[in-house]
Amino acid sequence: MSVTPQDVEKVALLARLAISESDLPEVTDRFGRVLDLVNELNTIETESVVPMSNPHDMQQRLRPDAVTRDNEREALMASAPSSDQGYYLVPKVID
Amino acid sequence: MTDTALLNASVCELRQQLRDRTVSSEELTRAYLNNIERHNPALNAVITVCSEHALESARRADTALAKGEHGLLTGVPLLHKDIFCTRDIRTTCGSRMLSEFVPAYDATVVSRMKAEGAVMLGKCNMDEFAMGSSNETSFFGAVKNPWATDCVPGGSSGGSAAALAAGMAPLVTGTDTGGSIRQPASLCGVTGLKPTYGRVSRLGIIAFASSLDQAGPLAHTAEDCAIALTAMSGIDAGDSTSADLPVPDFHDALTPDIQGLRIGLPREYFNDDLSGDVRERVMTALSVLEKAGATLVDIELPHSHYAIATYYVIAPAEASANLARYDGVRFGYRCDDPADLEDLYLRSRSEGFGEEVQRRILVGTYALSAGFYDAYFNKAQQVRRVIAEDFQRAFEQVDMIAGPSAPGIAFPFGVKQQDPVSMYMEDIYTLAVNLAGLPGLSTPAGLIDGMPVGLQLIGKAFDEQSILNAAHRLQADTDWHTARPNLGAMTQ
Repeated sequence: MSVTPQDVEKVALLARLAISESDLPEVTDRFGRVLDLVNELNTIETESVVPMSNPHDMQQRLRPDAVTRDNEREALMASAPSSDQGYYLVPKVID
Repeated sequence: MTDTALLNASVCELRQQLRDRTVSSEELTRAYLNNIERHNPALNAVITVCSEHALESARRADTALAKGEHGLLTGVPLLHKDIFCTRDIRTTCGSRMLSEFVPAYDATVVSRMKAEGAVMLGKCNMDEFAMGSSNETSFFGAVKNPWATDCVPGGSSGGSAAALAAGMAPLVTGTDTGGSIRQPASLCGVTGLKPTYGRVSRLGIIAFASSLDQAGPLAHTAEDCAIALTAMSGIDAGDSTSADLPVPDFHDALTPDIQGLRIGLPREYFNDDLSGDVRERVMTALSVLEKAGATLVDIELPHSHYAIATYYVIAPAEASANLARYDGVRFGYRCDDPADLEDLYLRSRSEGFGEEVQRRILVGTYALSAGFYDAYFNKAQQVRRVIAEDFQRAFEQVDMIAGPSAPGIAFPFGVKQQDPVSMYMEDIYTLAVNLAGLPGLSTPAGLIDGMPVGLQLIGKAFDEQSILNAAHRLQADTDWHTARPNLGAMTQ
């Protein structure tokens, strides 16, 4: 199955990636090569196989919903590109 | 000991000298820091050096050692791959996205090795977000192979492997999602161990593909890897996929006795795709193990061929979900003057991520998108089980599996960059091990045209001990692991 530049643009939007017009042909070509590679999966029969999401089929371990660490709000917010008075700053979203 | 002897010594030897007080941690730390300063301009293996932090830790280690107190690694210098979060020390993951990121906490691997007394010298270069097999995708520039500076060191833990081979540290950490410890270990002539999935906590390791990622050590010997693995391993409340199993002292349990060991040679790993030179080195190494009492058994892993296709659905799918967190808002790179919120997301991500990372996010998003989920992601997870079951069947006949770590020796810069699929083939012998969650180790098996080749040993789940023992025996009977690159010949 070949992939078109329009397909790539649609996926890029879903992934919130911007691809310039000039890069689109090459991105499409390389994306297509990877898809050709993974399309080999269609040649193997897996009708009754249970999908494997954890290599040891481990069950998710749960813990009590209890506070185990102190809030480190200031230390964590120090990594934000832009913040003010405990809030993350972004461009205006409501007029 | 002269500086050169110190810089070539194993962790085991250095640890003894530190405990005997014939060398101080501060002296050792200074020797390695000097060596980083000397060789890093030519190799670009280290992104961040933390000299003051290291010297402080070294002095603390010396105080403890003077009192006769020590952990597994007290006073031993090491470098961490820059994928491990380090509190108050920049952690870049080889990306512009995180080029100024300073974590508020240590990864569990970092805190455990620190608790055992290790002295962190700095952070190693790597492929961006661990996506690559050559270290060419790093935002901080490619790492050069100390054996030949016009060649790649492998990847993604290429900075770690190159730094170790060049004597910048006696011990380094790496992560391995599809071969990222074993392939660079092979290309740089060092020993590298990818533990069983779940053996080592992933807390604080910047996520790439969460069902495949695993951290492990690279060192000059299997014995050193055994010490480091003991220090790193164990259940962690912060990682719900870390295994709730006891951690043996891998070093105490290490034995060169491999009498009766059955080693499987998969027909699919020794077919016509493997170069004659690599086959010859791998078979020579295996004949050493055979002489030591092991039996070589022909086996089949019939679905090996599908490992690459399976991996390049699952890893990008998980990556696209993990990397959705980089939004230019909470941490990481933000573009200049965004017009609106949508523009902020789009440009922060497009400018912050490099080409290979964006390609994998695209492929992963595609594989998870409506209408394609069953055909790609679900299908790949089914084939993943088929591949894992191949290994289970093989392990009914043998104790471990052996093959090459990589299809060839280190290759020149640029040759595999035009076609992503040719680069993906570098991991043809390593990917399936991650899909099946098994432990794998690469140990030096000699040189081809002056460049290192690795033998890969694959163990049963949670049986790192057996592959460490076999590598230990190989290293007792050969001297391939003692070969070092000629650093005097390096050009910048």
